[in-house]
Amino acid sequence: MLTLDNLYVNYGAIRALKGFSCTVNQGEIVALIGANGAGKSTILNSISGLVPLAAGKITFLGDTISGIAPHRIVRKGISQVPEGRRVFATMTVQENLEMGGYIRTDSKGLRDDIERIFIRFPRLAERKQQLSSTLSGGEQQMLAIGRALMSRPTLLLLDEPSMGLAPMLVEQIFTIIREINAGGMTILLVEQNASMALSIASRAYVLESGNSVLHGRSADLAIDPNVRSAYLGT
Amino acid sequence: MLLQQLINGIALGSVYALIALGYTMVYGIVTLINFAHGEIFMVGAFAGLYATSVLHLNIFIALVIAMIVCILLGVAIEQIAYRPLRKSTRLSALISAIGVSIFLSTLAQMLFGSNAKGYPEDCFPVSQIHLGSADISTLQVLIIAISALLMVSLHFIVHRTRMGRAMRATSEDYHTAALMGVDVNRIISVTFALGSALAAAGGVLVGVLFNAVSFNMGLMAGLKAFAAAVLGGIGSLPGAMLGGLLLGVTEVAGVAAGFSSYRDAIAFAILVLVLLVKPTGLLGRKIQKKV
Repeated sequence: MLTLDNLYVNYGAIRALKGFSCTVNQGEIVALIGANGAGKSTILNSISGLVPLAAGKITFLGDTISGIAPHRIVRKGISQVPEGRRVFATMTVQENLEMGGYIRTDSKGLRDDIERIFIRFPRLAERKQQLSSTLSGGEQQMLAIGRALMSRPTLLLLDEPSMGLAPMLVEQIFTIIREINAGGMTILLVEQNASMALSIASRAYVLESGNSVLHGRSADLAIDPNVRSAYLGT
Repeated sequence: MLLQQLINGIALGSVYALIALGYTMVYGIVTLINFAHGEIFMVGAFAGLYATSVLHLNIFIALVIAMIVCILLGVAIEQIAYRPLRKSTRLSALISAIGVSIFLSTLAQMLFGSNAKGYPEDCFPVSQIHLGSADISTLQVLIIAISALLMVSLHFIVHRTRMGRAMRATSEDYHTAALMGVDVNRIISVTFALGSALAAAGGVLVGVLFNAVSFNMGLMAGLKAFAAAVLGGIGSLPGAMLGGLLLGVTEVAGVAAGFSSYRDAIAFAILVLVLLVKPTGLLGRKIQKKV
């Protein structure tokens, strides 16, 4: 479904990605794990078109999407939940969701989808007229996920959904991610919490300084001695 | 007397508010002080003058024509002078803005000469309305009404339309707006278009009110409107409106109190005082540094 082929990204003199390649198949959850600064977010941002590629190619459902503007990539069916949630603080919960459906013009469908999101996240329904800046971290993460679903994507990119959340909330968010995937959504997940990521992903890539050093089935990586000592703290 | 001065102040302040909105909108979206904005106001005044005196058009049609001319001008300035510099330092864009400003006022001087020109006498029939002890001219009523109409329309666009929501999203977080599918470049163009249209309306109204249109009128009006935008809190639309009105009223009050030779100093004195006490301006939000 998604193929990243030999991606290179530079930030000035810093080389953030050095020939990273990976594939994501329909219906999978694929995780990118690794330390801070390994290039995980850069990968998602290059897929979304926010970061220009120095070299390499991204194909999605048979089309080359590298070099296309971010707003067109959303229309191709790729939606991102950015790192740090980035909800629109000056807008209400409802308006944030409406923003998520910006590319759509079917007002009936949009209303139905917002209702569906409120059913999935009852906390958001209770707060729909509140400014999103008044929400807790967990609620903001739910809102950011709901907002990303509003464009009806076929591929969902999640950047550090567990960041800054209490362990109980992390569990809850990951349950939600699993449910969304069970509904047929393909997911590419970036996560520092490697054990959580490996627990829901079917496959994972381990990143170190801009390239993948290891990839395989999550179950295999979870028992790999190198992964265990470097990322799982055991 | 007090009512009279208050209305004079509100009429003047409405015009400052119209121009200030353009500064604040553009700043909100691209964090650039568009120093050519005062010249857009000046071009608007000339476009209205041309439409009324050469084409003999009705003042309302002239207003619309001036707005259209300035929309095209504002959008062109952004594409030619600012867009190529979007990723460079803010200082380069600022210098580019000053360049555009000098270019436009010099061009106007070459085309229209250095002398101030007036709108035709009959372009708007002025009569006086007596309200208690105050004499209000229908021109002041017109200025206040048109400004209010434009500001209400702007508020409606920004808060009730899909485009406006995209503008607010872009202004808050450029990258995340793009992730929602917003064509950020288009939103920036729309912002320049709206700001320029308001400045053009201000230009025509000032042209009729003071009956003097000149190539350098954009400088002081632009600076004062900029002061109004900063006073209200740069980036805030209600702030720009409040700042403009406040500035207009105080300026008129200062003149009425006998400080007419300090007329232009008043605006900047208020600005300095407010910024000393509240650096973000009256309605400004604290700027959060993005990590």
